[in-house]
Amino acid sequence: MNYARVVWAHLCKDLRLEWRSKDAINGMLFFSLLVVVLFSFAFDPTTAVSRQIAGGILWVALLFATVTALNQTWTRELRNSVLDAQRMAPAAPSALFLAKVLANFFFVTAVQVILAPVFIIFYNLHALGQGWLLWMVLPLGTLALVINGTFFGALSLRTRNRELLLPLILFPISIPAVLAMVEATTAILTGEYDPGLWIRLLAGYDIIFTTISLLLFATVLHAE
Amino acid sequence: MPTKNTVELESVSKLYGSFAALRKVTAQFPVGQCCVILGENGAGKSTLLRVIAGLLHPTLGSVRVLDAPAPQNVRQRIGFLSHASMLYDELSAMENLRYFSALNAGTERMPAAEALRLVGLKAELERPVGQYSQGMRQRAALARVLLAQPDLLLLDEPFSNVDAASVEQMQRVLLTLRSRGCTILLTTHQPELTRPLADRYCHMQHGAIAGWSEGSAA
Repeated sequence: MNYARVVWAHLCKDLRLEWRSKDAINGMLFFSLLVVVLFSFAFDPTTAVSRQIAGGILWVALLFATVTALNQTWTRELRNSVLDAQRMAPAAPSALFLAKVLANFFFVTAVQVILAPVFIIFYNLHALGQGWLLWMVLPLGTLALVINGTFFGALSLRTRNRELLLPLILFPISIPAVLAMVEATTAILTGEYDPGLWIRLLAGYDIIFTTISLLLFATVLHAE
Repeated sequence: MPTKNTVELESVSKLYGSFAALRKVTAQFPVGQCCVILGENGAGKSTLLRVIAGLLHPTLGSVRVLDAPAPQNVRQRIGFLSHASMLYDELSAMENLRYFSALNAGTERMPAAEALRLVGLKAELERPVGQYSQGMRQRAALARVLLAQPDLLLLDEPFSNVDAASVEQMQRVLLTLRSRGCTILLTTHQPELTRPLADRYCHMQHGAIAGWSEGSAA
């Protein structure tokens, strides 16, 4: 019960900070919209081609956009040495991590909600496969991005080039998840093959990395 | 009867590569006393406080705090204030304090409004901390530390760039805490501001303790 209360306190704080500064949302939204619109103009795809490439463009845009939000997430803990207060607090470190993941999940989802209509219009999309499965792929894919991103964001926190280091660590380790997200999305949009395997792979990836991150976060937080 | 110590340091060294920030520091800080640590920049004052707080691990030696073999075990009984406010600029003092109070769930806490009142700030103040003066910010930071009602208070240059009224207010709070048995370790470059508080002065030089002197409050 106490643990849930602490997670809730962290989460409310992160949402409140973002509501007042809008640092993460603005950067993410601007960046992902730009990528989606630019790709649309650059390739001028037909409807059939759109279905083939839309999954890749969507997830790559979100991956890059997420990195901008993740950098903000931990940078605000460094300002005024608040991180030291977090380290001194008796609360479980994993509660801080979990709340950050939930907050980032919320921010990326908010961007997806705004991005989706733009994406559908610019790429003239409608799913030929089981469209409802996107309701599974989008949250699972988003979770994969924010779990890893939040963890490696914390890991690179004390390095001088953390904004460069985060994508350098995050992108290679996210390759299996990105592959699963893109393949599952493409399968749903084209209806050419079954996305089940890719969705299961994504769910497995989420479970493994959530568990590992939760177990290791205390070590990362208290590292000098 | 021997005096009980809140902090006991035994040959503590902290090395960063070949640079020694602390060199074989051995010291005891008795319960309920205020010790002011003096020294030039780079003397090791802040490192010493961070080692006692458990934010840094000593490379060599042992640190015993509040009868625990490691400060990490008694984190909830230690209050630490650094040069920075350790508060979120976008939140008001009350919002900051409520948040940090929630992180101490399960332990005895001082109400946030009471902590703010003690340091002379109004709980109704809605301005974000980022818009406070340095003195107000430092008092809000002290209020955060008071929430957990610590037995050991570590203050790293609490009076830097703070106006006279805020210094006076903070001194009053620290005197009250000391009279209640809280041990205070404080670093400063302004020893004259610590005169009403200091039981002892610890002089540091090049990462080692160069000497001790009695304070006027002893």
